[in-house]
Formats: sequence, structure tokens, C-alpha cells
Amino acid sequence: MAEQATFSDQALQYADALYAAALRMTRNAADAEDLLQETYLKAYRAFGSFSEGTNLKAWLYRILTNTYINIYRAKKRRPEESDIEDVEDLYMYHRLGGLEAVGAGRSAEEEVLDQFNDAEVKAAIEELPEQFRLAVLLSDVEGFSYKEIADILEIPLGTVMSRLHRGRRALQKSLVELGMRKALVSDQG
Amino acid sequence: MAMGKIKDCNEVVSKLYEFLDGELTEERKLVIREHLDECSPCLEAFEFETELRAMVSSKSREICPEGLKNKIAKLINSDGREVQIPSE
Repeated sequence: MAEQATFSDQALQYADALYAAALRMTRNAADAEDLLQETYLKAYRAFGSFSEGTNLKAWLYRILTNTYINIYRAKKRRPEESDIEDVEDLYMYHRLGGLEAVGAGRSAEEEVLDQFNDAEVKAAIEELPEQFRLAVLLSDVEGFSYKEIADILEIPLGTVMSRLHRGRRALQKSLVELGMRKALVSDQG
Repeated sequence: MAMGKIKDCNEVVSKLYEFLDGELTEERKLVIREHLDECSPCLEAFEFETELRAMVSSKSREICPEGLKNKIAKLINSDGREVQIPSE
């Protein structure tokens, strides 16, 4: 049993991370603020049922995700699985490999990564269909394990892996397209 | 090819995410590391994926606005029955 009085001390340290996730989920600051407030209030009220010593961060993310799904998913019901176009493994790496062929050197790939700014990376994540976006966020940005993600999203482990796999490839595709618009990546190859 | 050995680069690449995500057993990790030690194209690809992930993570950070943090703290305080609402 967790003491409600200690909630703020323990839970508010995750405000930055939860706010980032809320922004990526809702894709606008006003909704992210509402979502975060709602999440903390729900978490505070349910804190008595949280078992001390278990993963508080994952527990908060689970409440955040559920709150987001309950409030915002009702707004739009479109199938999202189908609108993700699959690309091969190492898609971005292979597309950047063309740079070496024209003599740009070993660190060319790293230099390309440096050219993306924060706003572009955030936009690329936000472009992902929701299911894939949540999985990629929880893994690549927040570093949760497959098991933790399965618990947070309440989906089987295999589904976590397939969403991550496809979500990451879609993210790479989106970054490569952005790179082409910025003329960082050649459109050949 | 001995049993349990990684067959080829495709098989290593197919385990790339699980490897980077720390989701493989020690034994499987070791097999991949051994392959990477001997195969520079795979090593480069793995390094790129590692850098890409670090880039995505570091460039998507946010700082929760102070005003919002304060609002949340107030919301929590005023929700507690025993807790007094701070006067302003």
C-alpha cells in the first residue's frame, strides 16, 4: 500500500517524461496539458492500490495511456494498421549507404543524423499511426522492456514486438523522406 | 555449421532490435557479439541503429512547463480530504 501523502514526491519526478509522451500522443500542447492533469489526478486517487516497490514509472505510463485511449481514441475510429507502409530492415542505413558510394566517408551516416533538429524528430514520431507510435515511444524514447510495454498497453508480447518492428521501420521511412526534402539523402538507390 | 551458431548476416540482422533492446538471453547475445566482432558490415549497421535510436530519444525530450507542474501539484493537494488547500 502506498501512502497518498508521498505521492507528489514520488510521482512528480516523471512529469517531464510523461509530458513528452502526452505531447507525442495528443500532438498538441493544450490536449497534452489536460491529459497530464487527468493522469496525475487519477494516479493520485488510485495511489492506495499501487504496491510500493514496484515500477511507479510504468504504472504512471499505464494510467497515461489508458486515459489517452479513453478520451482521445473515441474521437476517431479509423483502422490504422493498414496505413503503415512496410519497408525492409535497415532501410535508413541502406539509403544512407549511397553517400559512402559517392565518397562522403565513414561518418556520413552520423553526420546525416546530426542534421535533424528536435522539431523534425518529434514530427516524425507524431506522424506514426497511433499503435506504432505508442510502442516506439515507450521503447525507444522511454526505454521500457517488452514486458513492461505489454503491461502498459495491455497487449501480448508478440504484438509489442511486431508493432515496434513496423513502427521503427515506418519512423526510418519518414526520416529518410524528410532527409530527401532537406537534400541530406539522395533520392536514388 | 555447428548447432546454435548464427547462420548468416540476415539472421543477425533479424535479431538486431531484440539485441539492442536487451531482450536476448546472455547466450544469444554472445553469439551476436561474436558475429559482430568478425563482420564489419553488420557491426556498422548495428552501430548506426544504436546512434539513430539515441538521436530519436535525445531529440524528442520535453520539459514540463512550471505552470503545469504547479497546476498538477495544486490539483493533487485540493483533492486530498485531509490536506488543506493552500491559501493564496
